[in-house]
Amino acid sequence: MRVEISSQRLQSDFVKKVEAISGQSLLACNQCGKCSAGCPMSFAMDSLPNQIIRLAQLGLEEDIASSNTVWICASCFTCTVRCPRGVDLGRIMEALRLITLRKNIDYVETANISTDTLSELPQIALVGGLRKHTA
Amino acid sequence: MDLSYYPGCTLKTKAKSLEDPAIASMAALGINLVEIQRWNCCGATYSLADDDLAHHLAPVRNLIRVNEQGKNKVATLCSFCYNALKRANLLMQNDQEKRKTLNDFMEEEKDYNGEVEVVHVLEVLRDEIGWGNISEKVKVPLHGLKVAPYYGCTLLRPREVAIDDVERPTILGKLMEAIGAEVVDFPFATECCGSFQIVSNPDFVTQRAWDILSSALRREADALVLTCPLCNFNLSQRQQELRQKYSDFKGIPIFYFSQLLALALQLDPQLCHFELSYGEPLHLLKSKQLVR
Repeated sequence: MRVEISSQRLQSDFVKKVEAISGQSLLACNQCGKCSAGCPMSFAMDSLPNQIIRLAQLGLEEDIASSNTVWICASCFTCTVRCPRGVDLGRIMEALRLITLRKNIDYVETANISTDTLSELPQIALVGGLRKHTA
Repeated sequence: MDLSYYPGCTLKTKAKSLEDPAIASMAALGINLVEIQRWNCCGATYSLADDDLAHHLAPVRNLIRVNEQGKNKVATLCSFCYNALKRANLLMQNDQEKRKTLNDFMEEEKDYNGEVEVVHVLEVLRDEIGWGNISEKVKVPLHGLKVAPYYGCTLLRPREVAIDDVERPTILGKLMEAIGAEVVDFPFATECCGSFQIVSNPDFVTQRAWDILSSALRREADALVLTCPLCNFNLSQRQQELRQKYSDFKGIPIFYFSQLLALALQLDPQLCHFELSYGEPLHLLKSKQLVR
């Protein structure tokens, strides 16, 4: 895959926004890949967590938006507790989700959740899931 | 001894089978869990965005309730509530600027500075009652029952809220040993079940359930024991799919730690609400002659 890197993108508002919302320094990540190695949801992700961080470092907002990764993250914090550079990936994933959700774009269409499912699910699943996946 | 207790929404509906046997067991062990007045939903997940303070209001208000009722400690049973309350409390203790903004916003409330200690009932069992004292009170040791302790995420991560070692926890296993069960160690004990992805991506949770449950079965566990109502739901309800998908999957009962504790203390089995459990937990317990 060819990626165009420009100083404009590296200093874009997108990079600043991710760092401001997450409170994390993106460049602290040195791409060791430990997050991806331990991620329990990586089997369902089209890009690995460390690849998402790399895309964020480079300001490649569109590539992140077209990937399913941030929506598959279950906020389990396995990466967060294992990162040797002290990067809280859970917070970066949250920031990346919020950048989309704050444009009023939902990941899940609540109308499509069946009544049976709604009555069956524990409240913590519904409250947690809808907070992570809807605006 | 009385101890303030925050139940949360799920325990009052889907997870009575966690709450009722826990309250009865704790009473039998000398601690009365006293539900706090006027509690509200904790918000289930802790807000991870630096610029989003609004979602901290719900958990912090619960801590204010504990404080204004003259208590300095609150116990939780739900793993999600534990995590949300504990993290919100750490924020109020450690972040002066956000604490001020939140206190200013809640003008009708007395200022809160993180005075309350948030604990999980498992910590009370370990640190205040002690495994030895629990063992002494056991009337029906769960001999012959092989249980795999499953911790999930929110009692262990992130590190600042962990009730035990983040990578190699033993707290559930120690409790199971104290009540006479045989503990089966397995490599998926701290791996996420897929959590809230059950709402949007249930198929991915099925895959997680397969990885976790098949590993426990390979280690010849009779059952899984856990604390979290969402782990319980995901790992129970997904077994229907797994039976269809994998013809050799025989299924495995899932217990809350409180159900097994209540049984070992010979409390009324009705309290355990096994009717809310998936599969045949009673069949297993009868086959081991642990219930009649």
